[in-house]
Amino acid sequence: MPGDLLAGVAGWTEGSMSSMELQLPPSRYDYGGDEFVFVELDQAMSLRVNLKAMAITQQLRTEHLPGVLEICPSNASYMIRIDPDLIHPDDLIAELRRIEAEVGDLSEDFVLPTRVVDVPVLYDDPWTHETLLRFRDRHQDPEATDLEYAARVNGYSSVGAFIEAHSGAPYLVTMVGFVPGLPWCFQMVPQERQIEVPKYVRPRTDTPERAVGHGGAFAVIYPVRGAGGYQLFGIAPAPIFDPQQRLPDFAESIVFPKPGDIFRYRATDRDEYDRVRAEVDAGTFRYRARPVQFHPARFLADPDAVNRELLEVLYS
Amino acid sequence: MIRVHKPGLATTVQDQGRFGYYEIGMPPAGAMDHFASPVGNDLVGNPRTAAVLEATYIGPELEFTESRLVALTGADVPAKVNGESVPPWEALLVRSGDVLSFDYLTSGARIYIAVSGGIDVPEYLGSRSTYTLTGIGGFQGRKLQEGDDLPLGADPGSGRSGVRLPDADVPTYPSVAELRIIVGLCSYRLAEESRKRFLETEWRVTPDADRVGYRYRGGTLEFVDREQPFGAGSNPANVVDLGYPLGSIQVPGGVEPIVLLNDAVTGGGYATIGTVISVDRDRLAQTKTGDRTRFVAVELADALQARREGKARLERIRQSLRC
Repeated sequence: MPGDLLAGVAGWTEGSMSSMELQLPPSRYDYGGDEFVFVELDQAMSLRVNLKAMAITQQLRTEHLPGVLEICPSNASYMIRIDPDLIHPDDLIAELRRIEAEVGDLSEDFVLPTRVVDVPVLYDDPWTHETLLRFRDRHQDPEATDLEYAARVNGYSSVGAFIEAHSGAPYLVTMVGFVPGLPWCFQMVPQERQIEVPKYVRPRTDTPERAVGHGGAFAVIYPVRGAGGYQLFGIAPAPIFDPQQRLPDFAESIVFPKPGDIFRYRATDRDEYDRVRAEVDAGTFRYRARPVQFHPARFLADPDAVNRELLEVLYS
Repeated sequence: MIRVHKPGLATTVQDQGRFGYYEIGMPPAGAMDHFASPVGNDLVGNPRTAAVLEATYIGPELEFTESRLVALTGADVPAKVNGESVPPWEALLVRSGDVLSFDYLTSGARIYIAVSGGIDVPEYLGSRSTYTLTGIGGFQGRKLQEGDDLPLGADPGSGRSGVRLPDADVPTYPSVAELRIIVGLCSYRLAEESRKRFLETEWRVTPDADRVGYRYRGGTLEFVDREQPFGAGSNPANVVDLGYPLGSIQVPGGVEPIVLLNDAVTGGGYATIGTVISVDRDRLAQTKTGDRTRFVAVELADALQARREGKARLERIRQSLRC
């Protein structure tokens, strides 16, 4: 199927650059009113389509076209906000088609310079537990917790085994948005090992700040308290949104996640959770992060090996 | 300074918006009506970048502690200074101790209060607009409360009392709004019959209508049956999470179209079916709960033409009010 993470592997290993492209349907260009252009690269999620969106939007960023105001890569699509007085949407679309032809066909030596980040998570924590109990009437399975439900529908024998899978392989940050800093994280494993859960039947009206949720095939961290419909698995002690830019990791931006980041959700315990919270309060907390050169073709050929290397770089 | 005696229902400090942060998930905020707000600044002699007050549904009661020019634009609402009626769309001189108050509005939804010198709250990321969800910008990141003291800019501006907008330029807000949209984005998810029905239905604004978005009721729309693509989630209204343009329309559950506005979420997993064109967001901003709305499909060329005309009109007004 078109969304299969490994569907292009035969092509990659044979060195055929076009195989990846052939797996994706033709891109669809459309107007979001008169101020936005929307480009759907695929209806299904895959790492391949997300990397293509990133390659195109990265190239567009370097070209500084007049009238291009904001460039927003998303999971399997991207969106551009424009000033139509400076660039006609059709002229922009012509430029985007050119860029797609130039860089959308990711070459085998395409490298994404990025960083791999350790993100501690307290799974099965008291705060999200209290929240999810308040909203059982909106859940598919009111008798179970979100973790018990997700473990069951994904075929895990226990919540422990499920948490091990959720916190094992790293995730690619494939989109940032919804509210400031919320990262959509897509786990870097073959599709048959990907965790997929439905959203709540009706969204909750409350979610704790820094809650770790999962909906569809995406893990997220909620930057601020508010409504939400994702299954609740835990809470992160460190913030991803710091509007006052108190912490050193936020010197450049009020949000920490960037599309293309590689996050490892590491299961932690209450002691470390409390320690990190104290560091955050003192203004001294820094994420453990290491620069890496991510090589998609190598990854698609042997994801487990590349993930091992990523974690070695992170924790060495 | 302005002292807030009564805050009204939802009154916030807004300027033209905070752009450049959509990609990190921050919507622009800013005044919802891009006609009434800049014209208010024109009337009191401010640059259009000055911050104004935006009051939704119910106006505030405000005391001025110094002489300023004030202009009231947007929704039709009887207004008073010290209990005496004052006209809208006109530069009014207020003095220290004067109290501005409002009765119930008669049409429209949002009142703009422009004050010479502007509302001088600190800029956050280049804008004074309030974004209440994360508590940033504006006055302490929130809507106004009783007892707030709002600082005013030192620059008195170039306005003169008595300057008014010609009647021909004053907008009216009939209770049926026609909003032009460009159909598209993920409209392929709607069944063909439902795409037609969306445009034929007279929708009503529900009580869930604020700066984040407007929800409507009035009909049911169906989605095309399909095996959901990987990552999209199980509901037929869901797509793989994508970016939401400002003004875009989604229909969770097929029963409640939502138009996303200045404080909206920037992305998510609901199929978008079209986008309200930029000039008609002003009209939308002046509709309220219970008002009726029709969505009218137009082509991009029509939207661009309407945009040019809107800009030309605002430019003409600026020039004429300057003399």
